[in-house]
Amino acid sequence: MRVPLPWLREYCDPSLDVAQIEERLTMTGTKVEAIHRVGVLSAENFVVGRVLTAEKHPDADRLKVCTVDVGEEQAATIVCGAPNVDAGQTVAVARPGAVMPDGTKLKQAKLRGVVSEGMILAASELDLEPSGERSAGIMVLDEMTLDAELAPGTPLGEVLPISTEVVELEITPNRPDCLGVYGVARELHAATGAALAPPPWDEDLSSGSGEPSGAKIRVDCPDLCPRFTARVFENVTIAPSPLWLKARLTAAGQRPINNVVDITNYAMLLTGQPLHAFDLDRVAGGELVVRRAHDGEQVQTLDGQTRTLDGEMVVIEDGEGPTSIAGVMGGARSEVVPDTTRVLMEVATWNGPNIHRTSWTLGLRSEASGRFEKGLQPEQCLHAQAVATALMTELCGATLVPGTIDIGGEGPPALKLGLRAARVEAILGLPVTVARQQEILGALDFDTAPAAEGLEVTVPALRRDDVTREIDLIEEVARIDGLERLPATLPARRGAAGRLSHAQRVRRAAEDAMIGRGLREIVGWSFAEPGLVDRLRLPAEHHLRHIITVENPLSEDQAMMRPTLLGSLLDAARHNVSRGAPDVSIFESGSVYRALDGDATATTTPADEHHALGALLCGGLTPRSWRGERTEADFFAAKALLAGMLDSFKLHWAVKAAEPERWPFLHPGRCAEVLARSGEGQPVTLGFLGEVHPLVAGEWDLSRTAAFAVDLGKLATVAPEVSAFKPFGAFPDLRQDIAVVLPESISAQEVGHLVRKAGGKVLGSAEIFDVYTGEQVGDGRRSLALALSFRSLEGTLTDEDVAPVREQIVSALKEIGGELRG
Amino acid sequence: MSDDPFKMFPPAGLSVPQRIEQLRTEAEAAITGASDTAAVEELRVRYLGRKAELPQMLREVATLPPEERGVVGKAANQARQALEAMIATRGEQLAGAELQAQLGEDRIDVTLPGAPPQPVGGLHVLSATRRELEDIFLGLGFTVMEGPEIETVHYNFDALNHSPTHPARARTDTFYVAEDTVLRTHTSPMQVRAMEAHPPPLYVVIPGRVYRRDLDATHTPQFHQIEGLAVDEDITLGDLKGTLLHFAKAVFGDDREVRLRPHFFPFTEPSVEVDVSCFHCSGKGYLGDGSRCYLCKGEGWLEILGAGEMDPNVYSYVATTDANAPGYDPEKVQGFAWGLGVERIAMLKHGIPDLRLLLDNDLRFLGQFS
Repeated sequence: MRVPLPWLREYCDPSLDVAQIEERLTMTGTKVEAIHRVGVLSAENFVVGRVLTAEKHPDADRLKVCTVDVGEEQAATIVCGAPNVDAGQTVAVARPGAVMPDGTKLKQAKLRGVVSEGMILAASELDLEPSGERSAGIMVLDEMTLDAELAPGTPLGEVLPISTEVVELEITPNRPDCLGVYGVARELHAATGAALAPPPWDEDLSSGSGEPSGAKIRVDCPDLCPRFTARVFENVTIAPSPLWLKARLTAAGQRPINNVVDITNYAMLLTGQPLHAFDLDRVAGGELVVRRAHDGEQVQTLDGQTRTLDGEMVVIEDGEGPTSIAGVMGGARSEVVPDTTRVLMEVATWNGPNIHRTSWTLGLRSEASGRFEKGLQPEQCLHAQAVATALMTELCGATLVPGTIDIGGEGPPALKLGLRAARVEAILGLPVTVARQQEILGALDFDTAPAAEGLEVTVPALRRDDVTREIDLIEEVARIDGLERLPATLPARRGAAGRLSHAQRVRRAAEDAMIGRGLREIVGWSFAEPGLVDRLRLPAEHHLRHIITVENPLSEDQAMMRPTLLGSLLDAARHNVSRGAPDVSIFESGSVYRALDGDATATTTPADEHHALGALLCGGLTPRSWRGERTEADFFAAKALLAGMLDSFKLHWAVKAAEPERWPFLHPGRCAEVLARSGEGQPVTLGFLGEVHPLVAGEWDLSRTAAFAVDLGKLATVAPEVSAFKPFGAFPDLRQDIAVVLPESISAQEVGHLVRKAGGKVLGSAEIFDVYTGEQVGDGRRSLALALSFRSLEGTLTDEDVAPVREQIVSALKEIGGELRG
Repeated sequence: MSDDPFKMFPPAGLSVPQRIEQLRTEAEAAITGASDTAAVEELRVRYLGRKAELPQMLREVATLPPEERGVVGKAANQARQALEAMIATRGEQLAGAELQAQLGEDRIDVTLPGAPPQPVGGLHVLSATRRELEDIFLGLGFTVMEGPEIETVHYNFDALNHSPTHPARARTDTFYVAEDTVLRTHTSPMQVRAMEAHPPPLYVVIPGRVYRRDLDATHTPQFHQIEGLAVDEDITLGDLKGTLLHFAKAVFGDDREVRLRPHFFPFTEPSVEVDVSCFHCSGKGYLGDGSRCYLCKGEGWLEILGAGEMDPNVYSYVATTDANAPGYDPEKVQGFAWGLGVERIAMLKHGIPDLRLLLDNDLRFLGQFS
């Protein structure tokens, strides 16, 4: 909300400059978002002038050459293009050297051969009206209701608000009472202690009780219209507003229209309460009815659009049907026009949430709807009526028809709350004396009386929605005097032992294993485009198709929650490859989302979410080197990374060739299931490992790509929290190699199992370190070389010691068709 | 050499001592003339080896007439010791020279890249920031909790005191996946979940991903928050200030200050926004050259988070299954809560100008942080 500072100072004028006012308002809850200056930065070289002569320019039809008395010995010659300039007028003049609001500095200028020593100004050129209002021509000051006879040469800043500071405020949604200048003035009063002028509605010209003649109102939906008030004005003359009013509205960001409309806007800006002026003669039947709309009913609003309503929206109708959408926008049919003479001034309270709904449903927001949706109080209706009545009489020559139509009346009686002094200190950690509490609350329009434990506080009508409990009163005290003085203490932290959970530590360790091996972490979108499941070749019943769909996505390509990290990894890989970075080694650690299977009530969360870690490799794993070949992304490069990570957790894990249909986005011959178990427990599937199916990689314009993904939640369940020490003895290990030729159909893992089983306890480890296929070993066969490591707790082993074990291993290998090499 | 040592002992025409002297002279000359360690080794074998003459003489001393034994033994021993010493010295000399030569030949271009090259990985700056913040609060005694991103309307709005018509519930603002299920709009739904899971006192931080239907220069529909929550008998706003001051100093430097400004949130009362003094201009609002600080836009303060004392109404939403568990009675417990944006902290701290950089996953961006 924009508040011109001079307007604010009319009601509360602390002897502070704008920066100090900004600081006080901001620190007490009315944040100043910006300070604007409307008009000129410096009033220098802007003066009052009197046009002595105005003759047609010899060489230009539309220009006039004027001599203007600017209070100096010599009259200034000024060329002016305004059609309305004439001898005898008192005008606003900018002299050479003046700096206009847009920053241009005025110089003497030759216009069609005539030197112009300045410029006669239009109101919009000083930001007194919005730009685009130039048709009105120059300002003629003597036509305006200015008090004094204006001597030429008088500084213009003494006559017109040509330089106005405007504060732009953030009003929090709980404070609709601050949507008016007077409400802000009250805040400034409480924040600074400067005096607060009485409310501008205190003096209401309306004498009469009872209802004015000539208009009737009926409210059929009091639940949505708690109060409806109306006054009738006759003998209204529609005209432009005086300059001060235009200037004030312009500074506040409102476009002046005509005196009646401007009065409604002025009263709204001052009180916070929107008003609407009807041309009473154009209200068919002289009666307005407030009712719920019919489903499908149509109304043409002021902006010329036809709106289709539903049964929860409220219309105001006259004898010919709906004229406005209540609280949102008026209709063209009964708006004030140049020949309007009778005005019905409507000021009503609408149900905030209902207005919000109507406004959003129709996609139609207005100044009024923005205010009503925050919840205005019925009492504000008569505030606005009082302000408007004074101005209607003063500025439009209007006569008020005595009386006010008032349906609904004031809001509920004032609430009384207890405020315990001890409670204030307990919440703040800082004492505030009861006297000071009383002072603060009094400044904010609360009534207070001493009570047993502190105060009894009566909540003012305009705060009744926001302040309903003791804690709300404590906030009022704290924001005015407390927050700035708070001590910086630390809580007692009873029983607090800050630590990460096992699962959190596993997650960090898994991520660290990746970054330690040279992978970069990405952060992808949780959203995915629904076509992802097709591009990943998932068949109809595949479990990854149990997706969560976003009902109202921002765009169609974000319409579902990702069921796998692979999509965002592939997206990131493509992004980089297409930008000249062919080597991509990345991982992501994040949530994936699936619809719950079966009984949703059995869980406390609405979806199946788990935290996964996925990695993707494409191109070379390391930079190219002057020494030796580098590793390129493939199944085994990915497996090595996975192994590096899983081995760090000291758990039993393995991979198993997977059925191709299990993860159809993987290469059918190079895909594996990753399993792990805790101790002697059942193995659980952690995830997949494989090369991405060439067709899938192609969808993302990638060449050979390897990937894996594991469920970190499951990993945490199988990873031991604590690694228990295992004795390893004091003696050196005995190392031997063995090479065996076997049918290729026997997997390395089977060979490893067999060797370890045959080796028994004394065989510490058996690792395959070489694989050979070729003519020497024959078709369908391959040679595997294993590094065996024997270990005993009892003593140093010799070749003779392990010979029987080695023999067992060899015979076990022979049983599956193996023959020793070398 | 002959198999019969006595054929050589003593050689013709020389007394034993003379022969010893001859051998010694000969050997000394040879050792001095040796040009490399291999030659020295060869001379050692020739003159002092198992089958060499001098050692043989020593072994044969016992067979000499007693009156010669002393003289011969002594001379032979002296010769042997002298040669041993000489060989050792000469050997060391030559070995040193040879090593020197070898080291010279071993010279390499130390400026070639290491091999094989070790790729450098790193956390995304958002994860690194999240961990940094987690660690700060872990140090203060808070534990870290996480919760679902797909959340019920109950926890996301109802239990946080949002009125049934609160604008944030609108489908224009919040993503829905079902009538009563949303993508959580903040980490705050974990407030009630955390209290339902643990009796007071409770000190937790809750990092996580959140979603709002916003997309412009300063908003993305997904972003990250860290919720903080402390509920105990006597948690004050001063405690909130102290906790966040500790945090601000840890993240932005020891000289930082914080200030609390009144604000409004449905689930805290009193509510505040928290500013930290600008670390770029040290809170002055202008820089050394007098120009306005671009980071805080001349304010001297940077808004970093929203917070407040927990609204007493929120406690009433804590459902406890165990009737005997100490519940959350607003007359007996009070606490504070805050929610801060991880993106904002990361962008401030690292000078990242554009939110979209955080989601592009461009390696040229990712490589700048670790």
